[in-house]
Amino acid sequence: MPDNIPSTSPTRRLEHYVAPLEETPLEEIDSLKTDGKPSNLWIDAWHDVRRRPMFWISAALILLVVIVALFPTWFTQVPPNSDCQLSNSNGAPSAEHPLGFTRQGCDVFSRIVHGAGTSLSVGIIVTLLVFTLGVLFGSFAGYYGGWIDSVLSRFGDIFFSIPYILAAVVIMSVLANYRNVWVISLAIGLFAWPATARVLRSEILRVKNADFVTAATAIGLSRFRILWSHVVPNSIAPVIVITTISLASAIVAEATLSFLGVGLPSTFMSWGNDIAQAQTTLRTAPQVLVYPSIALSLTVFSFIMLGEVVRDALDPKARAQR
Amino acid sequence: MLWYTGKRLLQVIPVLLGATFLIYFMVFAMPGDPIAALYGDRPPAPGVIEQIREQYHLNDPLIVQYFYYLAGIFQGDFGVSYSGQPVNEILARTFPVTIRLALLAIFFEMVAGIVIGLVSGLRKGGIFDATGLGASLVIISLPIFVVGFAAQYFLGIQLGWFRPTVSSGAPIQDLILPALVLATVGFAQIVRLTRSSVIETSGLDFVRTASSKGLTRRRVVPVHILRNSLIPVVTYLGTDFGVLLVGATVTEGIFNVPGVGRTLYQAVLRGEGPTVVSFVTIMVLMYLIVNLLIDLLYAVLDPRIRYA
Repeated sequence: MPDNIPSTSPTRRLEHYVAPLEETPLEEIDSLKTDGKPSNLWIDAWHDVRRRPMFWISAALILLVVIVALFPTWFTQVPPNSDCQLSNSNGAPSAEHPLGFTRQGCDVFSRIVHGAGTSLSVGIIVTLLVFTLGVLFGSFAGYYGGWIDSVLSRFGDIFFSIPYILAAVVIMSVLANYRNVWVISLAIGLFAWPATARVLRSEILRVKNADFVTAATAIGLSRFRILWSHVVPNSIAPVIVITTISLASAIVAEATLSFLGVGLPSTFMSWGNDIAQAQTTLRTAPQVLVYPSIALSLTVFSFIMLGEVVRDALDPKARAQR
Repeated sequence: MLWYTGKRLLQVIPVLLGATFLIYFMVFAMPGDPIAALYGDRPPAPGVIEQIREQYHLNDPLIVQYFYYLAGIFQGDFGVSYSGQPVNEILARTFPVTIRLALLAIFFEMVAGIVIGLVSGLRKGGIFDATGLGASLVIISLPIFVVGFAAQYFLGIQLGWFRPTVSSGAPIQDLILPALVLATVGFAQIVRLTRSSVIETSGLDFVRTASSKGLTRRRVVPVHILRNSLIPVVTYLGTDFGVLLVGATVTEGIFNVPGVGRTLYQAVLRGEGPTVVSFVTIMVLMYLIVNLLIDLLYAVLDPRIRYA
């Protein structure tokens, strides 16, 4: 045996010190805990998430917005639209009207409280739409591959090539006489799903050759069944993350469209509308613009923060960078 | 590279056709008669209607109409705006302004985003990093029109550091404030992207090798870490351009910048459907072209892409 092989040279052997078996806790390392509860990605994520103050702050803020949206009359007795008097235009705050009046003489606080429902419903409808379309397109494209993938992916590329707010601007200006919460949600969601589909598709490409999929095939499950009960649940984590964030983006999109004047009609309570209307009196009555802006930003912030926490919990790479 | 360029160009064609068809379809297959919309309450004589229908090919099937429209686009004809001005002329006037604004915004967000992202990534977990992460989260949450009004009110009106609205001709010093506002969204994303990319690259073997062979930190950071961390940032620019286009519509509206965005903004406000469609089409074409260029640039920077 030639003596230049490192492992046989006596000087090298010192560097490769191997501890005696009885000194190593190998047994401890190799043994499996069988008495503990089984764990999975979601349980681990929950354990991670609940230790973080950011999670509780965002959850509390979101809960507050949800309660305000569901029960606006708990917070204000002033009607947001019907009780407006022009003599109060841009009026100063008082005990009954804590944030003052808009240019039309409506109560700012009441409009903000009643606007929460609009923002939240648009956010939820768009998110459901984006999630459904994204999961359908992404899972079929990723799992079946071949020509199905080509057709679905190219179809998604077309929708992806139009920034969704611009597309919504077109749809909303065409449907000028049909503006309501459903139409605006559809206009936003129709072009916002390809990002979700792309994420799921690439995740499924990674998962679909895993051993448990082969095992499921071996025991004779149908391909469709494997897709929905094994592949999708194991690739959904990144989709959950961008879904949380897309809720925030949808709320911003609604406000932006309303701000541009192609969103909801002014009879709807919408923070974007209020900001657009307060814009004309920015120099003389900036406070009218400030409060809806704060409400909007804080709501968006809480969803973005939640998305961030969820990402850290579900993506080990993101967790390592914390 | 030539082969890759050709392949990428071929891929863009169906997307281009699909996107323009989609926009066309959304507008012209929707309820409402365009001629009725043109005349309002007093309908013109039936002969006039027929003449207009013939002139704008409205009697042909949708797909034929679409090809007339597409042929117009390829000849550089985007139609006529409501005021009777060809869209081309408006474009020639407004396009350079928007390009100036967008380039200024990209410059601001790239410089600030990469510097802050790099420092955060190198000092992971430190106070600077924590502040930067928190601040970028807040900035991402602020809708662009909120940032725009805040900047206009505080920096423009209250402090008087900048002109609150842009004067005619849009000189570069007037564009600084709108560009800063426009840069905020991309800035926060670039900070986060650069940071995570720097952290990832710093842990790679070639960086350790570089350090262990005795290279100074001043050489390792810019040459080994930063250069390799910038590839995802370049890719992000493609997505960012879409954000910039939407942002420019809002920012140019707020600051009265005479660009493509403001034209779209005003057309939307006045309900000028056809003008809106022309300008959205132009923006989508710009978006597709910029993304194509970025993909090609990406292939130049990273040879692996070409052979994938």
